[in-house]
Amino acid sequence: MSSKQNTTAAFVRTDMLAQKAPPTGQVGAVRWVRENLVSSPLNIVLTLLGVSAVYFLITHLGPWFTNSIWNAGSLAECRAILDGKSGACFGVIKDRWHQLLFGFYPQDSYWRPTLAFVLMVVAMAPVLFEAVPRKVLWFSAVFPAVAFWLLWGGTIWLPALAMLGFAIGYAAFVLLQRVSPLVAVIGAVLAPVVWWLFVSGPLSEAMAGIIPIGLPAIQSHEFGGFMISIIIGVTGIALSLPIGILLALGRQSDMPLVKWICVGFIEFIRGVPLITLLFTASLLLNYFLPPGTNFDIVLRVIIMVTLFAAAYMAEVVRGGFAALPRGQYEAADALGLDYWKSQRLILLPQALKISIPGIVNTFIGLFKDTTLVVFIGILDPIGLSSAIRADSNWNGIFMELYAFIALCFFIFCFGMSRYSQYLEGKLKTDHH
Amino acid sequence: MAMTSDTSGSSFRLSMLIYDTRYRSITIQIVFLFLFMAGFAWLVDNTMANLAQRGKDIDFGFLGSRAGYDINQMLVNYSNDSTHARAWIVGLLNTLVLAAISCITATVIGVIAGVLRLSKNWIVSKLMTVYVEMFRNVPLLLWIIVIFAILTEITPAPNAFRGDNATSSMYLFDSVAITNRGTYLPAPLFDRSLGDINLGVVSVGINYLVLIAIIIGSIFAYRAVQRHAGAVKEATGDRPVTWWKSAGIIILPTLIALIAMGFHLDYPALQGFNFQGGSYLRNSFIAMWLALSLYTGAFIAENVRAGILAISSGQSEAAFALGLRPNTTMNLVILPQALRVIIPPLISQYLNITKNTSLAIAVGYMDLRATLGGITLNQTGRELECMLLLMLTYLIISLMISGAMNVYNNSVKLKER
Amino acid sequence: MSDAMADRKLDRSQMQVSDEVAIQITNMNKWYGTFHVLRDIDLTVNRGERIVIAGPSGSGKSTLIRCINRLEAHQQGQIIVDGTELTSDLKNIDKVRSEVGMVFQHFNLFPHLTILENLTLAPIWVRKTPKKEAEEVAMHYLNKVKIPEQAHKYPGMLSGGQQQRVAIARSLCMKPRIMLFDEPTSALDPEMIKEVLDTMIELAEEGMTMLCVTHEMGFAQAVANRVIFMDQGQIVEQNNPHDFFNNPQSERTKLFLSQILGH
Repeated sequence: MSSKQNTTAAFVRTDMLAQKAPPTGQVGAVRWVRENLVSSPLNIVLTLLGVSAVYFLITHLGPWFTNSIWNAGSLAECRAILDGKSGACFGVIKDRWHQLLFGFYPQDSYWRPTLAFVLMVVAMAPVLFEAVPRKVLWFSAVFPAVAFWLLWGGTIWLPALAMLGFAIGYAAFVLLQRVSPLVAVIGAVLAPVVWWLFVSGPLSEAMAGIIPIGLPAIQSHEFGGFMISIIIGVTGIALSLPIGILLALGRQSDMPLVKWICVGFIEFIRGVPLITLLFTASLLLNYFLPPGTNFDIVLRVIIMVTLFAAAYMAEVVRGGFAALPRGQYEAADALGLDYWKSQRLILLPQALKISIPGIVNTFIGLFKDTTLVVFIGILDPIGLSSAIRADSNWNGIFMELYAFIALCFFIFCFGMSRYSQYLEGKLKTDHH
Repeated sequence: MAMTSDTSGSSFRLSMLIYDTRYRSITIQIVFLFLFMAGFAWLVDNTMANLAQRGKDIDFGFLGSRAGYDINQMLVNYSNDSTHARAWIVGLLNTLVLAAISCITATVIGVIAGVLRLSKNWIVSKLMTVYVEMFRNVPLLLWIIVIFAILTEITPAPNAFRGDNATSSMYLFDSVAITNRGTYLPAPLFDRSLGDINLGVVSVGINYLVLIAIIIGSIFAYRAVQRHAGAVKEATGDRPVTWWKSAGIIILPTLIALIAMGFHLDYPALQGFNFQGGSYLRNSFIAMWLALSLYTGAFIAENVRAGILAISSGQSEAAFALGLRPNTTMNLVILPQALRVIIPPLISQYLNITKNTSLAIAVGYMDLRATLGGITLNQTGRELECMLLLMLTYLIISLMISGAMNVYNNSVKLKER
Repeated sequence: MSDAMADRKLDRSQMQVSDEVAIQITNMNKWYGTFHVLRDIDLTVNRGERIVIAGPSGSGKSTLIRCINRLEAHQQGQIIVDGTELTSDLKNIDKVRSEVGMVFQHFNLFPHLTILENLTLAPIWVRKTPKKEAEEVAMHYLNKVKIPEQAHKYPGMLSGGQQQRVAIARSLCMKPRIMLFDEPTSALDPEMIKEVLDTMIELAEEGMTMLCVTHEMGFAQAVANRVIFMDQGQIVEQNNPHDFFNNPQSERTKLFLSQILGH
């Protein structure tokens, strides 16, 4: 058959054509340069500006890095070795990296926070990655107690019995279902509270006397560095999630009173800077609690950070609910599920799954915000760098310390944001 | 609890309070309110007890008493004899100025970086990506401290500008000097000045009022010219050339006014150990301004990029298929839709800038938190009252900004059924 | 196959095919990177022809018609539309786009403008028509697609079928000589397909040159004068509708027809 068809002539192709390679000049480096770098006068100008910017950066910052000194005991030593050239004195990092990571935690106990960190990654794995088996979630549930014990030490019975309180609450809930759902809920709340307030303290002391299993106790004021940033950040997010969910549910409730109280709380928290809330934690929280109570500054900070994160978490979860198709609510109603069952079984799991990228983003923001605790005297990495600079050996050094801290934050936050983007991509393809 | 029977005729039982949908929500709300009030009362009770224990009370009278400390940067008159209330206002103005200027520069930086990130030019888009990722993933406080450290440690002292063997020189024809105390810029001076008006709290230069009035007038005239051009286009199809008219309208009246008022610049000059004359920007202010602008600019760049990408490619394809050129398409089809997506998160970023100004104490800039929540609080010992006022002030500013956002959102909502 | 075409009687008085060549595609090849998406396309379209292009997804049929108004660029071969060759010269591209109108699968109406503004945008800004005249033309075409009362509503307030008819009217306002349809009814609910197909039939009855990528085989049988089957980026078979559907020659065509006509 001829390959040229005129208007209405019939045509049938007998042999299909195979793929051919595109003509040269259409692919490869030449085309790439042509399209991306020099395709128009404006583009050429931009390319020149970009190249000169890169050149400027390399010539000014390059020598600082390439002449860097790692083996020096003090700033004066560095300067002597450099002999007038400009170069970084990374000796301070080599000397003090462990302080920047762990603060003033006793060196022989470094294995404890390290182990806690590794276990944290394991505990978060089933939440973040679908390929991990669901049984690991049981470990995630007990992880808070394990981490607390590893980090602060003391007898093992205190955290163990605290965890038991949750089990008691669950047991009360199940047992009292037979009476009525409402009584079950009340019992599930009251029983653990009673347990925690009155029983677990004395009982743990008694048990510690009988079977003393424990680690050396370490005070909060010895914590510092990245360790404390991670502790505050992770704890804040983890604890704020249930509160944030409740706030989100309350905010979209039909009951005006509930709705306006939740809205008021959320807007108040989002309207004031975090630093004022941290000052409340350090100065004012003592006023709001019964006279005579005094607890640990880190705990107070965690409480305020949790409340702060809960407001932002509420907005994220609200967005997750908004992304749910209306049909899900109606299907749940049509099946006869009441409010709490439909939330628990159908709506929340889906809304939370959609919200995970937003939750990760809130966590990244919160993690960066933990640097603010330096203003209330907790030694996070920035506070520690001031402490290191106060040492006569390292008086006057600043860029190397800040660069190291910035690098650590960058690796952590960038990694988390890449994960969040990967997850968003996956969710988009899942739902269509 | 006795209640009248409902009109449907069936009898009323107490359990209906919980299970009947008509009463259930009221019951729950009443229980909720009761719990909330009980919790609130417990907090207040504790507070009162604790205050009594320390011998303090709640009293806002300190606002009227003498402050007794100096503030190094002020927009209104203040001395250490002024009241704490005035210190509060000075701090507030410092906060607002920093926030406003940072919002403007952050927007400019963010829009440029966002658009450039979408450009086809590989080098430029990668450079912008590096900028955005670097600033977004490092805490703001660290950036503030780093930039301040660079400004104070690396820049020369005023001494270095002196003499024949000066190691540093001024920029821009000897008008700008960057030192480790601050930056000295030329200051505007009016030979035939029109004086000042004293408004009690603050005194305002009439020169600036006149200039602002003239600029506003020019803007209205410019818009009138544009409207006329639009009307001509609607009638005949061809849009008249307006650029020279617009340029003239915006530039000429202001220029004439400046000449009439005898405008000239007062240049900073090294006299003795320091520069005299000109206007002076402290390093603390510059560090905060740069850090806030660059940091928030990175987030704004992401918002701009997401906004433009959110407009589906089908929109520009349809416009091209109709024969519209790329820049007309951008102006008439893409940008109006993209702005709807970009502006709400942009206003959130403005909110963040305002709240992040509270970090100014890291570099010694006397913003609201440093005055009311810092020195005043420490000197008077009135922690509760100061914190309350501080949070209230931030809350009011935040609510005003969010309110503006809601108004904008409602006015440009896409109309659907 | 929908029953949308069941009872319509066509007025064929204007549906003449002339000898004048509207589109001439010679030896056209296109690659996406190294993927050869269109292979050795030879196609002549005379004025007045109504061509339906069918084929499995991924066969390149949408890419082919998008090359005709340069929404996609071809790397080899020639495309000549109404005597103007399509190259990277912007003036040629503008000229071709003013002669060729396109209707998209997802309508692509501008949601921030009213229906009337959607229709008058291009005449005002491309042809520099005065606003009143553009609005008169727009109302004329809105009447033609039978929804003049929607002129001041926004696209989000209209049904899918109404939006697609507005999209057709929007293209017609530029007075094109050739209309391209890229799966115009694929995104519509079944009860709205008929109204859009009716509009397209009226266009055909007035003698418009049309290329339609569509799955509506009833439309092809009733209105088209040529059906083209594409697979793997090349034209596999073309014929008049009667012979195409009743006597397909190639095995691939037979397989395709059995799949889409079976139910």
